This record gives sequence, C-alpha cells and structure tokens, in this order.
Amino acid sequence: MKREYIYRAFERFWHWTQALLILFMMITGFEIHGSISFFGFDQAVRYHSLAARALLALIAFAIFWHLTTGEWRQYIPTRSHLRAQLAYYLFGIFRNAPHPTRKTGLSKLNPLQRLVYLGLKILVIPVLVLSGLLYMFYRYPSRHAIEALNIEGLRVVALLHTAGAFLLVAFLIAHLYLITTGRTPVSNLRAMITGWEELEAGEEKDSPGNAARQGATP
Amino acid sequence: MKRVIIVTVLIAAALVAASVALERRATDPSETDLLRRRYRARETASVDHAKFPQLRKRFAKPQEVTHECIACHNGRAREVMKSSHWNWEREEYIPGRGIRYVGKKNILNNFCIGTAGSHQSCNKCHIGYGWSDEKPFDFADSLNVDCLACHDNSNTYVKASGGAGLPDSSVNLTLVAQSVGLPTRTTCGTCHFFGGGGNNVKHGDLDAAMFATTRTVDVHMGLDGGDMQCTDCHTAHKHQMKGKTYSISSMNRNRVACEDCHSAMPHNDDILNEHTYKVACQSCHIPLFARVNKTKLRWDWSTAGRLRNGEPYEEKDSSGTDTYMSIKGSFVWAKNVRPEYAWSNGTASHYLLGDSIVAVPVKLNELHGDYGDPDARIIPVKIHTALQPYDPVYRRIVQPKLFAPRKGEGGYWQDFSWDASIRAGMALAGEPYSGHMGFVETEMVWPVNHMVAPKEDAVRCGECHTRNDSRLAGLTGFYMPGRDYSGALDTAGATLILLTCAGVVVHGAARVISRRSRRRGTRT
Repeated sequence: MKREYIYRAFERFWHWTQALLILFMMITGFEIHGSISFFGFDQAVRYHSLAARALLALIAFAIFWHLTTGEWRQYIPTRSHLRAQLAYYLFGIFRNAPHPTRKTGLSKLNPLQRLVYLGLKILVIPVLVLSGLLYMFYRYPSRHAIEALNIEGLRVVALLHTAGAFLLVAFLIAHLYLITTGRTPVSNLRAMITGWEELEAGEEKDSPGNAARQGATP
Repeated sequence: MKRVIIVTVLIAAALVAASVALERRATDPSETDLLRRRYRARETASVDHAKFPQLRKRFAKPQEVTHECIACHNGRAREVMKSSHWNWEREEYIPGRGIRYVGKKNILNNFCIGTAGSHQSCNKCHIGYGWSDEKPFDFADSLNVDCLACHDNSNTYVKASGGAGLPDSSVNLTLVAQSVGLPTRTTCGTCHFFGGGGNNVKHGDLDAAMFATTRTVDVHMGLDGGDMQCTDCHTAHKHQMKGKTYSISSMNRNRVACEDCHSAMPHNDDILNEHTYKVACQSCHIPLFARVNKTKLRWDWSTAGRLRNGEPYEEKDSSGTDTYMSIKGSFVWAKNVRPEYAWSNGTASHYLLGDSIVAVPVKLNELHGDYGDPDARIIPVKIHTALQPYDPVYRRIVQPKLFAPRKGEGGYWQDFSWDASIRAGMALAGEPYSGHMGFVETEMVWPVNHMVAPKEDAVRCGECHTRNDSRLAGLTGFYMPGRDYSGALDTAGATLILLTCAGVVVHGAARVISRRSRRRGTRT
C-alpha cells in the first residue's frame, strides 16, 4: 500500500495543541458563561485566560509558519469540484463512491474544507480572539476622558464571544464526525497523528484517472 | 523523528514560559507587610500629663478641666468648635436644593428618629457639656468643649445618661485629666459602636466587640492583625476628622478610602485589579457584617407603648437581645449579614424634615450613581427598614420628642403618648403638625466599611458571577459574565449544536445502513 506524507511535524503539533487548548477553553468558557460548573468560576477564569495566552502565542507561530511556508495558499477557496464534494457527502458516500478529490501534501483540503476553514480563520477565530482580548484587557482606558476609547460595557463583547463559541462547538462536532469519512473511519485521524496517509488502492499519484483530483476529506 | 520531538518540546516550553512570564508575581515584602510594620510602631506621648501641677488637683466641674487643657493647648478648642463633632451639622451642597446645613442636629433617621426634643439624652454623645432642651446651648463657649470624651486614655471616662453631655458623677476627673492622649478605639467606640441606642444597632460593622477583637473579625483593628486605632485611618487635621457617613453627608469630600494606604491595583491578578474601576474594595473584602454581635435590620415603632400594669417592659430573645421595648417598639436583628450592594459616586440625598413624602417606602437617604457614572463604584450597604410615625395630613415624617427629664413634658419614653410627643417635638423643631399621626414604611442605607476580613475570607468570584442568587442580582444595567446572558443567543446556540448533532446522527446512521445493505448485496 502506498503512503504519502501529508501533515508535517509543526502542522501536527499546531493542530493538536490547538485542539487541546480549544477543548479546554470550551469547558472553562462555558463555565464562565454559567452553563456548566466544574472548576469553580475563579479557577475557570484563570485557566481560560492562561489558555488564551498560550493559544495567542500558538496562533502567532502558526501564522508565521503559514506565511513562510506558503501553506496559507491551502485556504484559497475554489469552486472547482465544490459541487462534486457536496454531492459526495450527500449521496456518494452512501454508495461507496470514490472521494471526488484526493488529499496530497500540496492540496490537503477539499473545496468544502477550504471554505469552512477559511470561514473559521477569517471570521470565527478573529471574532473570538478580538472579543476575547477586549474581555481580557477591558479596563475603561480613559475614564471617559477620551470618548473614542470608552467601552461602555461588556455586553456586546460578551455576546460576540458567546456566539463565536457556539459556532466553534458546532464546528467541532461536525469536524469530529467528518474525520471518520476517510478511506477508513480512522485513516484521517492516523494521518493527523503520524503525518502519513495511506492511499486508496489504485490511487497512486500518477495514475491517470486521478490527475484531476485534488484534496480529500477533513 | 528526533528533530520533531526537539522542535515540539522547544515550542511547548516557549509557550509555557510565555504564559508564566505574563502572570504577575507577588512582590516581597508585600505592600500589606510594609503597612503592618508602619502601623505596629506606636508613637509614645512626648509629655507625661500626670506631672503637670495644673492637673494635680480636684476638679469640681468638667469645664475646669477644659480650662486647664486650653490654657496650654491654646487655639485647639476653636478648631474643635468648627467640627461636626461639635456643631452636629455640616455645610452640604445638595443638587437641586442648594446649600443646606445638615447633621445630627436636624436629620431624620429610622432608629430613634432624630435628636430634636431629646437633646438631654442624645447629647450623651455630644463632645460638649450641657446641651439640653431646657435652655439654648452656647456653641461659642469653648469651656463647654469636652476634650476628655475623645482624649481619655484611662478608659474610665463615661458620660451620664440623660445628662446633656456631662460626665457621670462616678468619674474621677483628676485621673482622666492626667491620662490624656490620642483617641483610641475605646474613646471613639464608646459613641460610634453604640449609635442608635445600643451596641451595633446602627452600622452593623461597628461593634463593641471591636474594642478588642481578632483579625478574622477586622484585619485592621484586630489585636492579632493591624491593632489599628480609628484615627490611623480617620486622621485629623486641626481637629477636622476625615471620613463621614452617608446617613448624614451629601457631598463627595473628605472621605476615607482604602486607597489612602493600599494601592488602587493591589492584587497580583490583573482581572481582580480591573474590578477596582467599578467595584469598591469593601464589596469583596467585607463578605459579611455584624460578624460578632447582631445588628438591627428593622424597627417597628407602631407596636411601642404597650404597658404591663401601667409600666413599660422589655422582651428578649434566647440570646438576650431586645426584641420588644415599650419605649421603642419591636426589632428584627441579624448576625453575619450579607450586605446589599449599591452604586455610589460619593454623593447622597436626604429626606429633610418638612419634605413631602413622594413614595413609600420613604427613602430617608439615597446613594447616587450608576454603571455609566465614571465616579461610581459598587459598595456594600446595610439596609435598615422601619415603620415610623408620620403625619398623614401633611404627608411628612414627624419628629417626636422621645426624652424628657420628667413626666408630663411630652417625652414619649416617659408618657407614652404619641400625640403629646409629636406635638412637643415638632414645636421644638419649628415645624407644623396636623394633629393626626400614622406609621409609614421607611428605608435607610448605611455603607459598610469596617469589619474587613482576612483576604482568604473575601467574597469568591462565583458569589457574584453566578446565575443563582448572585450577590449583585439587584444591580442591573450592565453585563456581568456568569450572571448575565442573552436568552435568545443561548437558544440559537443550543439549537445550532443540536442540529449539528442531529445531522451527524442521521448522516452516520445512513452510512452504517447503506454499508450493511451493500455488504448484504455482495453476499447474495
């Protein structure tokens, strides 16, 4: 069976650290929100802020990595095969049809993923990070001396942060499920752990039928 | 693989180091350590008053002591005579009402209501000699200044009950005069712990237990804590004491603040420090008040006047606290009281004698401020409610004369006649009375500033930041994490999550079923 190296070391480190941090921040965040109780409010706030700082640092490293390696291009949206990918999830997957796109080191994301991850990166994460920063550094900077610097209250900040959190939870659930839609239910998971993806039989890179295919599942 | 591990470990270490470095460290020695050292060092008197020949004699009248005091300390009596301790009023600017002279002299409360008509009794706590209703008090006579009430260090000086401010006949004036010094918890507490006619009645955070208490009750005054005297915070310049209470004061001036000694950002945690913009230190650091003895929370004057065999009586609960007194009515007391919370920008308004009642319960004092006010912070308060006499025709709170030296002079405590006492009291206050009386519900707000608990006993975050019984449940108009949320957003979010889960379940089930049917298909 042929294998291909898809996820590089930093990428895997980034992915799993981010996964842990986000999961942890979900628990502590929803405790701060008042939905659950686990650590106690004080500790939840402390952990949430610590994790936030770690996540910010990680995001800084990740942005640097994406820019210097050119990996950011993975998120450029494309319409080609978008319909086919949608059709695959809606119909093909139940008929054991082949994936319409193939995952390679050069194109890791299928057209749907590109759209969803781009949305995450330019909408959900920035909303969470910016509202989170305002949450952390909310300190009436000017004591009403400079109107433009006043934050009249946490309401808008908090509601944006909460909305972002709900979207991220929904994403996580869908993401965890879609992991299982690879060649086998665990092949995507294994790839994100080891970096290596086992290719479907007859799916060699240079096999003629696959020339047009690019990218695969989550 | 080795390279991968090294890089991973390096990045992880960098992240951990960054988070740790961003957390503020405790400094050593801490600010509180330095303060403790400073206030532990007591000043000793520069002279021994016992050696002054002027004071080694028998004093027939307390005024003779004052005469000797001001013979050396010349000019000091003039300072005292400018103070509210002496005048029982202060110049206050009240928005909408202009400049008014307000103080114990004329303000109404919902405990013993007011001093007018009862001076002979109330003036046990006036720093003067001889203020009664019998004859006008000469506020310009410096010989009437009672230096000893504040400066006695022998702990033997007591003023007589109903004695118009004169000392009790048992007091050895020579001994007291020879042992003067700076005011102590005892001299201040003798009046301020007993406001409202009994221990801890009024304030709830000023209790006779604080003559000698532990730091668990009050970190500042506790003998094993700061062992601080009242005047360590309530400093005085030319006998004008710093600090005041909003039951009487209206203006934001001459206040004592925690920040006078502690910094405005005293925590090692940025989030806690941020709270100081909107939350006063006391709100978290005084988790409960009346932690030793009970304080009065309600006073019902309407039940007063019941007699047994023509004589007034008292009823006590199992702990020995008065629950009923014929002269005063019924009371509700409580210990370990969780404060109420209010916005305060340092100004207050007051119900003044003669004001028309516009709403019931009548708010005898009101603190100003709200979330949008940059000068306002959340402070802990004690709310004291009462049912007290009023004039339903003129719609005014009335001032009854409670005390008279003899029966038949209109004193309620002597005659138990509301009509006579209100007539006498209102006449002395120079206010009209319709001749009809009833009882009206009133409310007073008492800021709680003492009984600061050790930091480990401070209010926990989750006591306010919670949806259940938040300490700040009554304060609205702002978003507080943990307490507040948008119902619509939470419903939308929960719906989104449920729909996603439903999608996963349906899609997953369809995959399993289709795979099974395919397998069955290949088998047949």
